[in-house]
Amino acid sequence: MAEVVEIKEENRVYGKSPLITDNVMHYCPGCSHGTVHKLIAEVIDEMGITDRTVGISPVGCAVFAYNYIDIDWIEAAHGRACAVASAVKRLHPAHMVFTYQGDGDLSAIGTAETIHAAARGENIVAIYINNAIYGMTGGQMAPTTLLGMKTATTPYGRDPRLNGYPYKIADMMVHLDGTAYITRQSVHTPANVRKCKRAIRKAFDTAMAGKGFSLVEVVATCNSGWKMSPVAANRWLEENMLPYYPLGDIKCNE
Amino acid sequence: MKETLIIAGFGGQGVLSMGKILAYSGVMQDFEVTWMPSYGPEMRGGTANVTVILSDRKISSPIAYEYDTAIILNQQSLDKFEAKIRPGGTLIYDTNGITHHPARTDIHIYAINATEESAKLGNSKLFNTMILGGYLKVCPVVTLENVKLGLKKSLPERAWKMLPENEKAILHGAEIIRQVR
Amino acid sequence: MAQQQEVKLMKGNEVIAHAAIRFGCDAYFGYPITPQSEVMETLMELKPWETTGMVVLQAESEISSINMVYGAAATGKRVMTSSSSPGISLMAEGISYIAGAELPCLIVNCQRGGPGLGTIQPSQGDYFQACKGGGHGDYHLIVLAPYSVQEMHDFVELGFELAFKYRNPAMILADGAIGQMMEKVVLAPQQSRMSEEEIASRYGSWATYGKPADRARNVVTSLEMQPEMMERNNLRMGAKYRLIEENEVRYEAIGCDDADYVLVAFGSSARICSATVEMARAEGLRVGLLRPITLYPFPMQPIAELAKRVKGFLSVELNAGQMVEDVRLAVNGVAPVAHYGRQGGMIYTPDEVLTALKQKLIKA
Repeated sequence: MAEVVEIKEENRVYGKSPLITDNVMHYCPGCSHGTVHKLIAEVIDEMGITDRTVGISPVGCAVFAYNYIDIDWIEAAHGRACAVASAVKRLHPAHMVFTYQGDGDLSAIGTAETIHAAARGENIVAIYINNAIYGMTGGQMAPTTLLGMKTATTPYGRDPRLNGYPYKIADMMVHLDGTAYITRQSVHTPANVRKCKRAIRKAFDTAMAGKGFSLVEVVATCNSGWKMSPVAANRWLEENMLPYYPLGDIKCNE
Repeated sequence: MKETLIIAGFGGQGVLSMGKILAYSGVMQDFEVTWMPSYGPEMRGGTANVTVILSDRKISSPIAYEYDTAIILNQQSLDKFEAKIRPGGTLIYDTNGITHHPARTDIHIYAINATEESAKLGNSKLFNTMILGGYLKVCPVVTLENVKLGLKKSLPERAWKMLPENEKAILHGAEIIRQVR
Repeated sequence: MAQQQEVKLMKGNEVIAHAAIRFGCDAYFGYPITPQSEVMETLMELKPWETTGMVVLQAESEISSINMVYGAAATGKRVMTSSSSPGISLMAEGISYIAGAELPCLIVNCQRGGPGLGTIQPSQGDYFQACKGGGHGDYHLIVLAPYSVQEMHDFVELGFELAFKYRNPAMILADGAIGQMMEKVVLAPQQSRMSEEEIASRYGSWATYGKPADRARNVVTSLEMQPEMMERNNLRMGAKYRLIEENEVRYEAIGCDDADYVLVAFGSSARICSATVEMARAEGLRVGLLRPITLYPFPMQPIAELAKRVKGFLSVELNAGQMVEDVRLAVNGVAPVAHYGRQGGMIYTPDEVLTALKQKLIKA
């Protein structure tokens, strides 16, 4: 018989955000999505804005984000989240409206919607998960796939002559007058998780203050797509992703 | 009463706005009206035309297969629309730039040189209201009072200072139109 | 008279803008394209955000416009967009998502000739696109075909009413002729927009305007990964379409009671054909006009009834023969059915339609 241990409130060191549902997440073990979901839920709860927050979920691995965070959600067509969010925000100017998108969604098929929402200075936040690969469809090349990186559609490694170069949409968006806060974070260490949460909070505050468009890029792992253990994926991220996608605030309007 | 009219010329001659003044005048006179323009890039310097129908009954088709009257302001339009006037109908044309004059004998033909007359007055913008005055002299489908109201309705408020000049141009047009056939 | 009716002379496209404001529309999202750009131009001129609070936004593409409509509609708002044929093609994806997520909205298509870039002149070549799909998957739009500037006005109200009644996108299928033409129109008095409280009480079961503590979260989506559940969604939508087909058929029959031959035409073609009927009757030919006002649901039954006693139908459309397929389905072989069309922006005149009727049916 297992011993029943009573958990006392005074001994509690960690609690699940009340906005995280009890649904079992479909994400692979080691995936960054669950961590970022948790941070978003915590920020919304701490800001006390559940009743005026609308999330826009993407097409990609996070398509079911609406099953995990207990707020109103609109599931957008692939790439269109920033257009959907723009309209919701225009009609509900006091609301918190954010999108949650992957690298294919935000920076391939949805580039136009993303760039123009940012150029218009929509007071929304885009959370941008960059794991350099298409997870849901089975590990194909993303616009952010690093040179030489092997994917299902670059089986011999990404060759710029054949596949072009990866690009940093966050750095591009800095030049748009409508953007207020552009940052690149990661969640591969506890310290980075805490920094990422602060960045998300700052982006949400920026949107609620009506200062313009915010992008929180999260350089993330896809250990299934990368075909690595979670630990190896974290190490690979540090050694390969971060040199190309360096962390930190890129633009911060006060 | 039913009057089916086409006004045709170059873009920039005020073809569409002449039609608009007439349509508004028809509304003032409690007629049913339709105003069907040609539209698109051809409007910018190319040919433009508008079909205006005034009727005391509900108008079925806004697309006409023949016209009671044609107001023609350039050679291309004369070539295109002369044949589409019903027998016994009326053709009014501005003679400026016309080298091949109308040849039909089964319609009433009137000429007006509003290009020259409006230039004489130093205001080529009065060209289309002058033509309109000529038309109304020949085909008095709406009263002068209603034309004045229609003119005002069709212009934005900032252009109302132009009303007296345009009213004069209408009267002048009625004086200078002459019957050819 | 208690109140003077407000009679205006306006283009069909301009009227769409005025009607949107007056019927309490919450938002318009669009992208310029000939021949319907006057819709957004008029809205921008009228500045409704200063009066009713209506949002008007020029998007970077039709793709973005329709997805803005999707987002705004998801929050329970009355929203619309307008475009012309190539732009509607770009919207096809979004329209399918809106239908799949069962959201109400209004889409105006001021048709031009195609395929491809085609022409900017009027056409009715998007009948299939509007009535038979356009986007992917099993869905229907409620399709209204205005034949006058007044109906452009009236169908904005009707379109929103039906869209909300059935939680389904509605489309006004106009064309360049109706959009560009000016006619007299009586504008409706200004109605107020729905308040947030009204939206919450009416649409709180599905709309996503922020989750209050006293209800479960709402999710607007067309996604369902379990086949059993997805099929159930499809069947539920199918039942809705049957209901629409039963209850919402609208048409006008002109001179059909004693007709030997019936013209079937919608929109600007119906206007032209109404003159054809007058011409034919003046010649002693008993010709009628059946004008579908709803293209989906299509007036199958009235045409089937007429088929029992007339000598033939001529489907008159500015296309290569699209609605004629529905006329044939309705007639089901009981009477001859022919098609007469012009394409490429060419428009038939009433006498050309009469000549076609004589050649294709009366002499045959």
